[in-house]
Parts: sequence; structure tokens; C-alpha cells
Amino acid sequence: MSLAAQVIDLQKDYMLGAVPVQALRGVSIDFPRGDFVAIMGSSGSGKSTLLNLLGALDRPTRGKYIVGGRDVSSMTDDELSTIRNEKIGFIFQSYNLIPQYTVLENIEVPLHYRTGYPKIGDREQQRIRELAEMVGLGDRLDHRPFQLSGGQQQRVAIARSLVNDPEIILADEPTGNLDSKTEQEIMEMLLRLNREGRTIIMVTHEPAVARLAKRQIYMKDGVIAGEGVFPG
Amino acid sequence: MSNILRTVQLALKSLMLHKLRSGLTMLGIVFGVFSVIAMLAIGEGASQQAQKQVLQLGATNIIVRSVKPPRENASAQNQNSFVLRYGLKRADYDLLSRTIPTVLQAVPIREITKACRYLHREMNCRIVGCTPEYLDMNHLELAQGRFISDKDRREKTNVCVLAAQTAEELFQYQDPIGQSVKIADRRYAVVGVTSAREASAAIGGSMSGQEYNKDIYIPLETMRVRMGDLDIDRRQGSFSAEEVELNQITLTISDVDQVVPTAGVIRESLQGTHKSGNDYSVVVPQELLKQAAQIRTIFNVVLGSIAAISLIVGGIGIMNIMLATVTERTREIGIRRALGAKRQDITTQFLTETIVLAGSGGLIGVLLGLSTPLVFQGMKSVAEQFFFESGGGSEFSEMFSNLNPQVVPASLPLAFGISVGIGVIFGLYPARSAAQLDPIEALRHE
Repeated sequence: MSLAAQVIDLQKDYMLGAVPVQALRGVSIDFPRGDFVAIMGSSGSGKSTLLNLLGALDRPTRGKYIVGGRDVSSMTDDELSTIRNEKIGFIFQSYNLIPQYTVLENIEVPLHYRTGYPKIGDREQQRIRELAEMVGLGDRLDHRPFQLSGGQQQRVAIARSLVNDPEIILADEPTGNLDSKTEQEIMEMLLRLNREGRTIIMVTHEPAVARLAKRQIYMKDGVIAGEGVFPG
Repeated sequence: MSNILRTVQLALKSLMLHKLRSGLTMLGIVFGVFSVIAMLAIGEGASQQAQKQVLQLGATNIIVRSVKPPRENASAQNQNSFVLRYGLKRADYDLLSRTIPTVLQAVPIREITKACRYLHREMNCRIVGCTPEYLDMNHLELAQGRFISDKDRREKTNVCVLAAQTAEELFQYQDPIGQSVKIADRRYAVVGVTSAREASAAIGGSMSGQEYNKDIYIPLETMRVRMGDLDIDRRQGSFSAEEVELNQITLTISDVDQVVPTAGVIRESLQGTHKSGNDYSVVVPQELLKQAAQIRTIFNVVLGSIAAISLIVGGIGIMNIMLATVTERTREIGIRRALGAKRQDITTQFLTETIVLAGSGGLIGVLLGLSTPLVFQGMKSVAEQFFFESGGGSEFSEMFSNLNPQVVPASLPLAFGISVGIGVIFGLYPARSAAQLDPIEALRHE
């Protein structure tokens, strides 16, 4: 089975004031295509650091992160941007939509940063509409984020994460701000995407949510403390 | 870069989020751009006005006029006489026309204001004693009949030529030719009527504007024998008398380059004959161009400083607001970076917003600038009411009130370009600081 992404002995040090902190102390994980991984752990366990590295928002101090067949650890800032744009779709806990943009415009944002800045044509506009309809917002295309409920905003974020057809979807506590009914809807949507072949890496606090993933990884003190099918 | 339009559109969208803030931020640029256009328009107006005047008066002409000396001097000099004697003499005319080789022709005139009548209709006219050259020199045209001829001068005939308005008021629907007008108890046969002519503008203090439409022209020699040099004005118990031989001598110089040197010679010659030196003035139309340049400089300095200050303050205001915007939208920057925006993309985005902001200000400024002539008109009436009351008729106020600003077409794109330039200069720092934000920090920003 081919790998969507792979981390090999990933380490990350940073300075907290004058004190050096080892946030990651050697993490190796394989993410096969079509995987659905839930990463769990208490705060300070290094899972946020891992997520930032997986999202190509940061470079590891040591180790390798291979996504789309390329090692991210030695890339320039611009190359990291390209990786984020093409290979990774982000879903955040607090939705992170752009407040002054409509639903359609929010889904469009990643298209603006494609390599070579190709024109956003009718084909792209069509795709944006299809995605909006797929997440059930076909009747709210011109609404702005403040006019939408939390669940609806998160659907917009899901549509946005898919617009560039990425290798992996990174979800950072995607249901953390939602009530249980909406949580269920969002999880069903992620599961459906996974069934359609998307690789999903999700960070979560909630065992009930983690249980829905194919496998779970527990982080503690910057290393993987446990792995396996819940409850492991 | 095919998405420029979209980028601009999205920038507008972000700016529209804070309409009042954006509007206030633009004000500095609006006034700056307006000042640039107004400055150039006023400068252009001043030089066009001067050129028009020079053309009217003749670039090769020098005009020497009699000036009534200030009262105190006059009373001291003529203590024992009621008659005020001043101005150019016929001897001056001979001197100037015969001794200066660069003078091609010299045309003397004498002016008196008198009541003229035809039947029961009466009006006050400027009676101008002149020679045949007067017609061409003042760009007058005949509507009917003929002008004064050399024969009229030789024979001192009682003929007159009426200006357009004089003819209309005295004769109304009648044909004036062949009729006669009564001036100071003598009758003058009307031989011609001139067409209406635009009044000439005043020239800085030394020569007031001349309205040619209420004139009556008679031969200079006739005037001398019929009316004399003495002009007695009786009114309401007081009376004044003036004795003036000539009111004006217009000299045509052989070559444009000789005008200024010849003016110097004329001034020197007249200093010899007029000891007091304050009863005549020498007007050189060419020097008007220098005056226009002066006006231009004054307005350039005043409006140029206003423009520079407004633009700099406006630019700083824009920079300030953009820095605040970057802080306020740190999270948005984080989101965009996460979605794949490069540093350059963020710089472009905020720079575009600044340029759109400054450019919109520039556009409003250009529209305001187009209304410069109107605004100037308003300023003029206010200024005339409040500032020139006491010093009315001063050189500057006269220049000022004759000024009509002309918007220079090239100044519009120039001023707009300046506003865009301000956007770039003052937008670069905020945009770059936005691009330098760390994506992870920015995403975490509340």
C-alpha cells in the first residue's frame, strides 16, 4: 500500500524563553493512503507540534517528513507554502474562515495561491459550487460566516480543504466547538470522505470521536506512547 | 497575474468592511491630490492670462501713461493754483518718437469723461482723442462707416466714431451714421461705429482695465482745439480742475528683443523731463509674463507645501491604519498562510489594499481637482470680501481677481500617479511586516 505521508524520527526543539524544550523526541509514523488516524494526548504531549509539522507550517529540527514523495524538512518557506497549498487540506477547531468573504469566496481562497497563479475560470467556479453543495450549503452560497452556525462554518471549512484536491486532510479538533448532534454530522462527513479514499489525520481530545477513526495514536512527552485500535 | 482584477476586487471588499475608517484615511490623499491639480491649474491660468494680455496689448508695445500723483504732493506743488497739472506732455511725445531709433511708431491719446447727448438721451462717455492708428492698435473693428482719418486730423473736423454700446444707448434703433452727437456744447458728426470688444484686463496696478464699449473717438487735434487741456469738473459745490496734455502714448518697438532695453531708455528719458517722477508710468506688456511667473511661484509654493504636507500626512495615516489592520487581521494572515499563501502573496495582498485605498483617494482628489475653477471662484469671492477690503486695488488682488485657473489635462494622471506612489511607499512596510508573521503564531492569534 502506497504511503500518503511518512514521518521518520521526527524531532523538534524550540526555545521557551531561555529554556530549550524538546517538544518532539523522535516520532515515526506511516500514513498509508486512505488512512484515518486520530492523534490523542494531553496538552503538552507534543501533539500540536506534530500537527504543525504535518501541516508543513514548520520544519523539524531533525528527522524527515515525506509527503507526496518529497522531504519537507529541508524546504524553503515558499516551497512549504506550495506543499500546504497542494498536498494538505486544513480543518481547524475554530473554523478559521475569512470573515469578510462569502461562503463561495472562502472556498475559493486556496485557488488564489496555486503555483503559477492560473486563472480561476468557470471550471473552478463550478467545482466550488459542487463542493458547497456536497457539504449541504447549496442554498447559502452568498452568506458570510457570521450568518452561519458553527456546524455550517465547519462545513465551509471542509469544502475549502478539498478545493485543491489534497493528499491529506489535517483536522485539528474539528468538533471541539460543536454540540454533539453537529459533531456527529461533521464526523459522518469526514468518514464519508475517508471512504471515498481521502487520508485524514485528526487531532482530538475526545475518545468518542477518536473511536470513529481507523486507528489511534497516543502521544506523551513528545513521543508516541501507544498505538492501536481503541481502547488499545 | 491574470487575477489582478480579482485581487483588487477582494481588496475593495476588505476596505468596505470599514467604510468610515477607509474614508477618513483617504482624506489626506484627497486633499494632496487636489492641491497638486489646483496648483498646476492656477499656474496655467496665470500664464494663459498673461499671454492673452500680452497679445491684446501687443508684445512689441510699450505703453506710457499719465498717472495722477498722490494728493499730498500735488497740493504742495500747486499751492497757489486750483489746477492740477500733471502727466505726459506733447514734448514728451516728440522726445520719445524722434530720439529713440527703435521706436517704429508712437500713438498719443487724450481721454476725458464727459456727458454726451443725442436728442433727450444722455450718457457719460469716455471721449478719446486719438489718431487713425488707434483702431488697429487696440484690435478694434468697425461695424459701420469709417474710422478717424489723417484728413480729419489735419482739418480738425468735428467728427466722431461711436463704440458699440454708446451707439446703442444714444441711438437705439436709429442709424447713427450722419447724425450728430453733442459733446460739451459742440456737435460732432458720427462717421463710424465700432463693434463690441471684450474689455482689456488691468495690468498690475499701473494700468486699470479698459472697457472699450462706452467710448467716443474723435481726432486728437480736434479735441485739443475744441476742449483744450484743461478739464474742469464741477459738482455739488466743489470743483476740481486738471490740466493734462496726453493721457497715454503707445510706442511700437521694431523688434521683440528690443522691447525691454527700449523701455529702459524711455524711463531714463522721461526722468529728465518729469522731475517728480510720479506722474507717469511705463507699462511693458512683456513684463506681464514675469508677473505671471511670480503668481505661479507664489501658488506653487503655497499649494506645493499643502500638497506635500497632505500627501505625507495622508501617507502616514494610511501606514498607521494598515499597521492596525495587519494586527487586527493577524489571524486572517495565518489562515491564508496555512492555505498556501507565500510571503509574497501576503505582501501583494496588503500592498494592493493600500494602493486601492490611496488610489481611491487619488480618484476623488482628481474629481475635486476638475472643479478647481469653481472652487477658486468661491475662494475669490470670500477673499475679496474679507481680505482686500482695505487694500482694494492692490497689485496682487487685481492679479488674483483676474485669474482663471485652467486644469492641465496632464496633471490628472500625474496626480493620480502620485497617490498610487504614496500607496506603494507607505504600504510597503505594513505589507512586509504582515508577510513576516509566523504562520503558527498568526493562527493562534485571537
